[in-house]
Amino acid sequence: MQKSLHLDPAKCTGCLQCELACSYEKLGEFNPSRSLIRVFTFHFEGRFAPYTCTQCDEAWCQRACPVDAITMDLATGAKVVNDDKCVGCKVCTISCPFGTVNYVQETGKVAKCDLCGGDPECAKSCPTGAITFIDANLTGYERMQAYAEKSLPSAEASA
Amino acid sequence: MRHIIIGAGPSGVVAAETLRKADPAAEIYLIGDEPEPPYSRMAIPYFLVKKVTEEGTYLRNASHYAEQEIAYISQHVSSVDTQAKQLGLADGSSLPYDKLLIATGSYPVAPPIPGIDLPNVHSCWTLEDARQIASLAHEGANVVLMGAGFIGCIILESLKMRGVNLSVVEMGDRMVPRMMDEKAGGLLKKWCIEKGVNVLTSTKITAITEVGDEDGSGMSVALDNGDSLPADLVITATGVKSNIAFLEGSGIETKDGIVVDDYLQTSVADVYASGDVAQGKDLSTGEYHVQAIQPTAVDHGRIAALNMAGKQVKHHGNINMNVLDTLGLISHSFGLWMGVDGGDSVEIYNPDLYKYLNLRFGVDDQADILVGASTLGMTQHIGVIRGLIESKTHLKDWKAHLMQDPTRIMEAYLASTQVLDNIV
Ligand SMILES: Cc1cc2nc3c(=O)[nH]c(=O)nc-3n(C[C@H](O)[C@H](O)[C@H](O)COP(=O)(O)OP(=O)(O)OC[C@H]3O[C@@H](n4cnc5c(N)ncnc54)[C@H](O)[C@@H]3O)c2cc1C
Ligand code: SF4
Repeated sequence: MQKSLHLDPAKCTGCLQCELACSYEKLGEFNPSRSLIRVFTFHFEGRFAPYTCTQCDEAWCQRACPVDAITMDLATGAKVVNDDKCVGCKVCTISCPFGTVNYVQETGKVAKCDLCGGDPECAKSCPTGAITFIDANLTGYERMQAYAEKSLPSAEASA
Repeated sequence: MRHIIIGAGPSGVVAAETLRKADPAAEIYLIGDEPEPPYSRMAIPYFLVKKVTEEGTYLRNASHYAEQEIAYISQHVSSVDTQAKQLGLADGSSLPYDKLLIATGSYPVAPPIPGIDLPNVHSCWTLEDARQIASLAHEGANVVLMGAGFIGCIILESLKMRGVNLSVVEMGDRMVPRMMDEKAGGLLKKWCIEKGVNVLTSTKITAITEVGDEDGSGMSVALDNGDSLPADLVITATGVKSNIAFLEGSGIETKDGIVVDDYLQTSVADVYASGDVAQGKDLSTGEYHVQAIQPTAVDHGRIAALNMAGKQVKHHGNINMNVLDTLGLISHSFGLWMGVDGGDSVEIYNPDLYKYLNLRFGVDDQADILVGASTLGMTQHIGVIRGLIESKTHLKDWKAHLMQDPTRIMEAYLASTQVLDNIV
C-alpha cells in the first residue's frame, strides 16, 4: 500500500518544526527558507497551512523536463529530481500548477519534496498531527489531488 | 493499429510514451530526421556552457525506446499521402499508417539582409548549430546576437558565460518585447548592461560584411543608426516558422502552423498535430496560435496521443508562459501578462533591487480571476500562477488581499482551493 502525506491545516499551530526538520534532512542545516514543505500563514484568521507536493500521477513537472531529470521513485510514488541530470532550466517550476517545485539559486537546480525516500521527516517532527504519513486511500489526499487536477483543464483524463 | 509520429522532439517523444501506455498492443513508430537520438533544444544553452555533454541533451536514455517498444526511425519524411494513408520517406520507401501525428516543430528564420548567408552567421536551433557556435564563441571573441526575443535571451546567458564580447541587437524598443512590458524589459536591459553586455534596442542590423581578416573570420555588422560592430560570430534569433513544407498536396490545412481542432486532429481524419508545428488553442484568448514553448509541446503530445488511442480527450488550451534566467536575474511571464482592457492590476516595482511583480485580473464576472502575470527576481512557488490562471479560480475576497500585497499569491491559491476551503 502506497502511503502519502496527509496535511491537516486545522491542526497546524505554525510552530515550523516541519520546515526545520525538512531543511535539516536535506541540507544538514536548519534553514527553513529552503524547506521543501512550507507553512503558510493567514494572519487575519490566525491560521496556518502546511503545503508541499502532492506527487501527481501525471506530473506536469516530469513531463515538461527537457532532460528526463524528474523520475518516479517506484517504491514511494514520489517524483524525484535527479541532481546530476537537472540543468536548472526552471521549466518544471512554471509547469507545476501547484507551485511546489522551486528553483534554488545556490545550487542552480530545482528542489521538490521526495517523501524522504518513504520516511518523511516533516511528518515525524510535527507535534500536533497536522502532517501524517498514512495509507494513501485514507488521507483524503487523493480527493485533494483529484480536486486540484479536476480544476485544471490541462489535467483532463489521466492516461 | 499502427501509430506513426513524425518528429522526435519533446512533443513526439511524449506522444509515443503516452500511446504506449494508452494502447499497449499498438505498433508505434517515431520518425526523426536529425542525426542525433531525440534531444531537447531547450538543453542547448546548458550544452554551450558545458553544464551537460551532448548526451545530457537527450530526451531519454539510449535503451528507453526499445524498452517501450517504440520503433525509432532516423529518416526525413518527404511526403504524406492522406488518401492512401502512407508516408514517403527520403530514402524512397513508404510506410503505411492507421493514425498519424505530425510533431515536426519549427525552423529558425532570419531576415534577408546582405551577408546573412556568410559561414560564421548561425542560428541557435539544433545541436549542429550549437557545435558550430561552441567552436567559434571562444573567450574574447566578438559575438553579435541578432534579436533579444525569448530564444535570444535564453542563449544570451550562455554566450556571456563563455566569456565572449557580446552585443545584442534588438529592433523592438526593449528586450523580450513579447514577454515583458516596458518596466520589466527596461530593468532586464539595465541588468545586462551592468553585467557587461552591449545591449542595443530600437536598432536594426542592415548588413553583414566580411572584412578579410587573414583567417577570413572577421565580419563587420552594419546598424541602421550608422554604427557598425566587429564580429567573429553572428547568431540570429529572429523567429521561427513551422515545418509544414512536406505536407504540400496532402490536403492537411495549414496557416501559420497546422490547423487543429479541440482534439488536436487536423482537417484530415486520423491525422493529428502537436507541439511547435500545431496551431493549438490558447486558453487565455480562445484563439488558435503556434505557441512554440516546451510545456505546450508536451501537453499537446500527451493529449493528441490519447485521442489517437481513441480516448476522446479535449484540449482546453494552454496558456503562454516563459521563464528566463538572464545572468542570474530570473523573470517569468504568464498568460495575458499585458492585461485586458478594464481589468484590474497590481504591481510591485523596485528597480534598485531588480524586483517586479505584476498581477492582471479579468473583467466583469472574471474580475476576481487571475489572467496574467509577469515577474522579475522571484523564484518561489511560481507555478501556482499557472494553476490559478488555468483553473480560472475565483479568488473572491483574496483578490482584495492580493491588490494589497501581490506576493501572497500562494496563500491566495491555498485559501481559494480545496486545501483550506474553511478559510475565507
Ligand atoms: C536554444 C533553445 C532554447 C529553448 N528554451 C526554451 C525554454 O527555456 N522554454 C521553452 O518553453 N521552450 C524553449 N525552447 C523552445 C522549445 O525547444 C520548443 O518549443 C520545443 O522543442 C518544441 O518541441 P516539438 O517537439 O514541437 O518540436 P522540435 O523540438 O523542434 O522537434 C521536432 C523534430 O521534428 C523533426 N522534423 C521536422 N520535419 C521532419 C520531417 N519531415 N521528417 C522527420 N522529422 C522531421 C525536426 O528535425 C525535429 O527534430 C527553446 C528552443 C531553443 C532552440
Ligand atoms: S529545472 Fe531541472 S528538473 Fe526542472 S525541468 Fe529543468 S532540467 Fe528538469
